[in-house]
Amino acid sequence: MLHEYRGHQVDTNAEGFLTDANEWSPDVAEAIAEEAGIQLTPEHWKVITFCREDAAREGQPPGLRRISKLSGVDTKALYRLFPKGPGKLASKIAGLPKPQGCI
Amino acid sequence: MSTAELDTPTPAAPAAKAPIEHIAIICSKGTLDMAYPGLILANAARMSGIEATLFFTFWGLDIVTKKTVDHLHVATVGNPSMHVPTMIGGLPGMEAVATSMMRKEMEKLDIPDVREMVEMLADSGAHLYACRMAMDMFKRTEDDLLPQVEAVISAMDFYDKAAGAQIIFI
Repeated sequence: MLHEYRGHQVDTNAEGFLTDANEWSPDVAEAIAEEAGIQLTPEHWKVITFCREDAAREGQPPGLRRISKLSGVDTKALYRLFPKGPGKLASKIAGLPKPQGCI
Repeated sequence: MSTAELDTPTPAAPAAKAPIEHIAIICSKGTLDMAYPGLILANAARMSGIEATLFFTFWGLDIVTKKTVDHLHVATVGNPSMHVPTMIGGLPGMEAVATSMMRKEMEKLDIPDVREMVEMLADSGAHLYACRMAMDMFKRTEDDLLPQVEAVISAMDFYDKAAGAQIIFI
């Protein structure tokens, strides 16, 4: 379905995840974050940038443990940054699909 | 009987499905194959922003006991899903083989060991409690438990902590 974020038309699935990562832009990220009640800080951006780079390399969005091990932002901080569920939210704001793993 | 009684009532409009906001998991088993489901379910809950409370009771205490957390075993006897006859499952060394096989498979999937799972859960904001009665029964003290356990509580306390939660027993 089509969703408008700050004037950008993007395709999303029923859960609000972008279906085409190429339609993503920092503007869109900020708008998705806002919807989830999050004001993006440089620490958020560190996570989002890692997720996008890792997904481009691996072909799938990183799970939370992978983010905590490799991005330099630990588990506690991830839950502080994305209190409503970092597992889904980090990927969603980064314009990636919902991660498949449980870890 | 009148036919009126057979008339199907008009079904009420289905209510919107309420999202789960809190789960409380009772971990009562101490084998490796029974430890992981509770820990993984709790972790997935936290990742989705769902509150998670865990209550370790009976043999589940082994999951949060310093001496046992790194030595949980897969049960090869009385476990029909092993597809090994009970008599053979009971032979010396079978449990060790099954346990190392499961650890290897978990590693392949990049699933952390039980100790790290417990640490991850505490960092994620899940609440971990040990059962007072089981502690007394197994003669354990708070010093025997991992530091991630917040408190030793009674079953009645657990219900208070689990207010509003969906309860899962493992």
